[in-house]
Amino acid sequence: MTIHEKGSAPAIRMFHVHKRYGKRNALVDITLDIASQEFVFVTGPSGAGKTTLLKLLHLVEPVSEGQILIDGINLSRIPSSRIPYLRRKIGIIFQDYKLISTKNVFENVALVLEVMNVKRSQIKKKVSSVLRVVGMEDRMNSFPLSLSGGEQQRVAIARAVVGDPKIILADEPTGSLDSDSANVVMGLLKGFNERGATIVVATHDHDIIRSTGARTVNLLDGRLEEPVKAEVEA
Amino acid sequence: MIFFIKRALLDIRDNRFMHLIAIITIALSVLIVSAFVLFFVNASEILNTWKQGVRVMAYLKPDVADSQVLVIKQTILGMPGVEDVVFISREEALELLKADMKRQASLFENLGENQLPDAFEIHMVASARSWGKVEILAREIESVSQIEDVEYGQKWLGRFSSIFNLFRITGFAMGALFFLAAVFIVANTIRLILYSRREEVEIMRLVGASDGFIKAPLYIEGIIQGAFGGVLGVLTLFAAYLAISANMGEGIAGTFFQLKFLSFGAWFGIIICSMFLGWLGCYLSLKQFLKA
Ligand SMILES: Nc1ncnc2c1ncn2[C@@H]1O[C@H](COP(=O)(O)OP(=O)(O)OP(=O)(O)O)[C@@H](O)[C@H]1O
Ligand SMILES: [Mg+2]
Repeated sequence: MTIHEKGSAPAIRMFHVHKRYGKRNALVDITLDIASQEFVFVTGPSGAGKTTLLKLLHLVEPVSEGQILIDGINLSRIPSSRIPYLRRKIGIIFQDYKLISTKNVFENVALVLEVMNVKRSQIKKKVSSVLRVVGMEDRMNSFPLSLSGGEQQRVAIARAVVGDPKIILADEPTGSLDSDSANVVMGLLKGFNERGATIVVATHDHDIIRSTGARTVNLLDGRLEEPVKAEVEA
Repeated sequence: MIFFIKRALLDIRDNRFMHLIAIITIALSVLIVSAFVLFFVNASEILNTWKQGVRVMAYLKPDVADSQVLVIKQTILGMPGVEDVVFISREEALELLKADMKRQASLFENLGENQLPDAFEIHMVASARSWGKVEILAREIESVSQIEDVEYGQKWLGRFSSIFNLFRITGFAMGALFFLAAVFIVANTIRLILYSRREEVEIMRLVGASDGFIKAPLYIEGIIQGAFGGVLGVLTLFAAYLAISANMGEGIAGTFFQLKFLSFGAWFGIIICSMFLGWLGCYLSLKQFLKA
């Protein structure tokens, strides 16, 4: 049994999606289903379009052509006032972390819960526990610029998961980590996956992919390559 | 709500300088506009006092017989707008004059014969106490053949009225101008704050913050700016008022009328207005920013 048969309706459906930046084709005719509670890697060389794909899913960029459905909601039909609510269902780890430099670690992570109107006491509890999971609880009061790349990445991960999102998008979440820390992070993501989250990880770290054995989607110059089943390699 | 207010206060602390400039601008505008308001309140107070005491004096010719006085009185009483007519004989007039000028009583001893005319003091009904009506009445009284002269505080009051109106117009114009300037400066302050944190705002949106979540503390900041600026402006005006009225109390003007400060309601209105001003500035800059 393959992993992607686990969930029921697909969490993410992409249907002939194109993305152009001016004349440059970042993504070309992508049709892709990601099942609910599936764990998927998106790989490909630099410039292949991995980040672009995640940005489309998070509504950071609009599609140029085609349709994307998340949880059955068509992203090109959603009114802009609903975008924040959709984003709250999705935790995202940016390749460049995107932490707020004027807020400390705790505040950065807490922001996600604040926008969801969670009670103060709840926020304290949840943020502390998530920071403990990523091993950053003793740096709660530090500011992002005083942290190493790996530490910032862990804060970004904490922020992505603190709101218990149904979908987690991760752009090179192990990019700044040594292989031990990278394994810890992948273990974390697997844990969230086992608790029901759909996970999409963009990476070109093939060691990581091999060690998890999940489905892999290959991008090359913005095009989807023939799907490579993880089982084939296993 | 408390959460948003806290965020707004933190924001103000982090951007002290910009907020200070905005608050001072608002305070200055409020000061100037409310100084005008204060002037109007006092000027119209003076006009009202005059209107309440409106009276016309009609002086009789020296040779009018006593028997005629009553007839003339009836004639005047019959004129429109007249409420009451009181006859003041030359003897009474002299007594009144003496009472008024007790200290200079010695003057009267050498005066010899009483040179004062008999007179009527005419009071008008409230609805007739407007400028034009007083003038018409005065002319009508003057046409009675036994009346030599009619007197009423025409000249200085007429001039005062027109100056008052001129001030009112410039006051409105200045008020509008300062209001616009203040809105512009508040809008700019908020714009600068937004600009300095566009990255933060962008990230907040990426983690699912609604526009309302981002805007609320900024609106509160705008309103707090307005409130502080308003209070500061009114307090400055109050200090100026105290200084001026302390000087006036001793001078001649103090004996004629009491300088008044704004009522509590006007105070309140001015501060509400300046809070609105803060809000409006915020609204304008946000409208522009969140579209971009
Ligand atoms: N905002 C943008 N404007 C113009 N071109 C862009 C923009 N973002 C991405 N691109 C282009 O789209 C293509 C895909 O970029 P993308 O960032 O998705 O690649 P990637 O697979 O994430 O690469 P990497 O592994 O280096 O992160 C690249 O050719 C890139 O130059
Ligand atoms: Mg990328």
